[in-house]
Amino acid sequence: MQFSLLLALILLSAGAYHLGRKRALAVAGGQIRNLHSLPSFYGSYAALWCGLPALAILALWAALQPGILTDLVIAGLPSELRDLPPDQLNLVVNNLKNLVSGHFASSTADPTLQAAAERYQNLRTISNAALWVVVLSIAIAGIAYAWRRISPTLRARNGVEGVVTVFLIASSTVAIFTTIGIILSVVFESLLFFRQVPVSEFLLGLQWSPQTALRADQVGSSGAFGAVPLFAGTLLISGIAMLVAVPIGLMSALYLSEYATPKFRAFAKPALEILAGIPTVVYGFFAALTVAPLIREIGTALGLHVASESALAAGLVMGIMIIPFVSSLSDDVINAVPQSMRDGSYALGATQSETITRVLLPAALPGIVGSILLAVSRAIGETMIVVMAAGLSANLTANPLEAVTTVTVQIVTLLTGDQEFDSPKTLAAFALGLVLFVVTLILNIIALRVVRKYREQYE
Amino acid sequence: MNKPVTGSAAPPSSRDIKTIVYQNLARRRADERRFRNYGLVAITLGLAFVVLMFGNIISKGLPAFWQTYIQVPITFDAAVLDPQGSHDPQALASADYSALVRSGMHQLFPNVEGRLPLRALGGLISSDAAYELQRRVQDKPELLGSTQPIWLLASAAVDTFFKGNIDRTLPEAERPIKDNQIEWLDQLKATGKIDKHFNAVLFQNGDSREPEQAGIRGALMGSFFTLLVTFLLSFPIGVATAVYLEEFAPKNRWTDIIEVNINNLAAVPSIVFGLLGLAVFINFFGLPRSAPLVGGLVLSLMTLPVIIIAGRAALTSVPPSIREAALGMGASKLQMVGHHVLPLALPGMLTGSIIGMARALGESAPLLMIGMIAFIVDVPKNFLDPATVLPVQIYLWSDLPERAFVERTSAAIMVLLAFMILMNGLAILLRKRFERRW
Repeated sequence: MQFSLLLALILLSAGAYHLGRKRALAVAGGQIRNLHSLPSFYGSYAALWCGLPALAILALWAALQPGILTDLVIAGLPSELRDLPPDQLNLVVNNLKNLVSGHFASSTADPTLQAAAERYQNLRTISNAALWVVVLSIAIAGIAYAWRRISPTLRARNGVEGVVTVFLIASSTVAIFTTIGIILSVVFESLLFFRQVPVSEFLLGLQWSPQTALRADQVGSSGAFGAVPLFAGTLLISGIAMLVAVPIGLMSALYLSEYATPKFRAFAKPALEILAGIPTVVYGFFAALTVAPLIREIGTALGLHVASESALAAGLVMGIMIIPFVSSLSDDVINAVPQSMRDGSYALGATQSETITRVLLPAALPGIVGSILLAVSRAIGETMIVVMAAGLSANLTANPLEAVTTVTVQIVTLLTGDQEFDSPKTLAAFALGLVLFVVTLILNIIALRVVRKYREQYE
Repeated sequence: MNKPVTGSAAPPSSRDIKTIVYQNLARRRADERRFRNYGLVAITLGLAFVVLMFGNIISKGLPAFWQTYIQVPITFDAAVLDPQGSHDPQALASADYSALVRSGMHQLFPNVEGRLPLRALGGLISSDAAYELQRRVQDKPELLGSTQPIWLLASAAVDTFFKGNIDRTLPEAERPIKDNQIEWLDQLKATGKIDKHFNAVLFQNGDSREPEQAGIRGALMGSFFTLLVTFLLSFPIGVATAVYLEEFAPKNRWTDIIEVNINNLAAVPSIVFGLLGLAVFINFFGLPRSAPLVGGLVLSLMTLPVIIIAGRAALTSVPPSIREAALGMGASKLQMVGHHVLPLALPGMLTGSIIGMARALGESAPLLMIGMIAFIVDVPKNFLDPATVLPVQIYLWSDLPERAFVERTSAAIMVLLAFMILMNGLAILLRKRFERRW
């Protein structure tokens, strides 16, 4: 495909580098000190002139080619096909593309489509050949231009460095474009959703059943989009997770930083952090196949009714996942408390545990709160564990033994499988995504601010 | 903020204080011990979880690396395979190989009669066996007419039974293996014609609905292509961003915005990136669903903050004297960075990127959004073929009810964890080997 062209372009640029270097030395009469820049800069200068314009044309061509080709082929279709309403025309075009890529046995298609497909293929061959010619000639023209420009006074270094700087700046804006992309995509689809379902119903409604009726006479699928049960379920599971993670994580951090010998610490800290490296899908598998049946068995033995996809199982395992998160963040925070405060407390005769609970913890509290907030935002956004271990039905309950569903589970179930992009069912996923994004963003901003403020206190 | 140890208002005498302190000492020491033990318990719990999870998964997954095979005498009957005697490859390809398997099994148990018992007998062998025979004949046409003992893949139910995971004492209706099948299997075992071999199928095949034929090759290749795209995009862009922010950027509002952005992106839930991928890459740009290219794009946006943050840390650890020396020798700022700072910071950057890639390898939630969860049998060959990745394959298999899939899921998890350990080990090695203390 275009890959070989890209390769040719790279080779050509490498050639241009050598030509440029040689040319620079030649015009300087072999004396580098006559040149404004080092010879390698002249080489790079030529290589850039060879590669960049050609690359731009290549990208433009690749972006525009399919559209133009399709238009040309449609214009060549018989009029009874061309005058079809747009959605049916799309269907025809899709068939055509399948024919071209050879997904269907060609004998099943009708001859007009067959002819159109052949036309498409022909046009594509021509276009690809033209692309080769155009790109290579532009590359060679670039080399020729650079060749003519190179002289001892040409400020090649400044030119090359300018291009590199532009690349650096452009790279750093990717992060911004990502954020803008997230916000735009989520907000835009959410607005479409809120046109069909009022915001108040979404945020305050107690009924969640996103199955909408496909036909008017269908029974039982009215489609209700009250997200409160999802928020409650998310909070329940995250709450259980924090009940597991905060005590264990915090106590481990305290033990590791205050009591443990350096040897034990060197072993236990990385061992604990293994938990952070395990993919969440593994936790989900563990929760669904080991923890959930176990809890169910224990519950039945105690005479309790436990749902097979109980919130407890998902929450417990999520808690395990978050332990290293809490422990390593609070470890940082605890270590940042100046040693003089500990020493002062010991000098007054306090035991180590008294120092920890009465001096260390109050001093580190803001930082610990910050790290817990970060952990909460992590728990809320966690997907795979709940998808695999929590339920699908939206129950509004505070009983951890029942099945609840969460925001992330619903996003996944709404968006996997068949989807049409104008139904409120699909759009609801984006509205949920918006809520998720906003909530985690707020939590993170607060947490980072708290942590930073606290850190400044001791610096 | 401290509660005074003594509660009296009047200043007590030193003797009083001493007695009070001594009185409280036992309690305070007990408190101290208790607190210390809480910490120890917490750590032990945390470590116990690690051991428990690994033990659980390894014990479940280890048997999946061996698969049950049955040795069947196969007669490559020319009358069945090549009735015309033309040796035409086309005819050989479309011949009825399952008939060979059936007659081979019948040869093992000649006294089995009747349609249903014969079908039960044939059910011991996987449906893949016929394709296996076809491949053998196509590779070596001279097999025609000979009789060979061949180890054929047993069906999933037989495999599960042979590994001892089906209870013989259950009533027959609740067992996937019936009474007569158990009898045959016991006979096979007595004659040594059933045995476990290394499960090469797991690494050679794509996904399948039949557990004994399902493999992770497709998912591994999908993961490979996805990660390749991720690395090719996120590493250069991440390094360039880190260099710009650390070495060139003026301190102004614009760079502040970029920095805040990067920190926030690092904490955005991964599923939101999936929504971005769905809305922007698939719906807006019209890229194909389920393609490793789109998966790589989404994952590279997710990995970027990790690489940028690690890259900046690596750059700040290069002492300013290096920069000053380079500038003092007349290097331009870019030469200073390119020739001196970047090479020194590169090991640290690579370490950070490898850790980011390991995280991307384990990520599945955003890939669900962009359709990488389709059931795909074919092994992907390029960036645009529909594919799935290893963690998503694990998710898909974990949903399937068959016991044999539980085993395979655990095995796939073991492979995934092995890759993650490998990558993290590489990162640690890099750090140990190239880290410089100034």
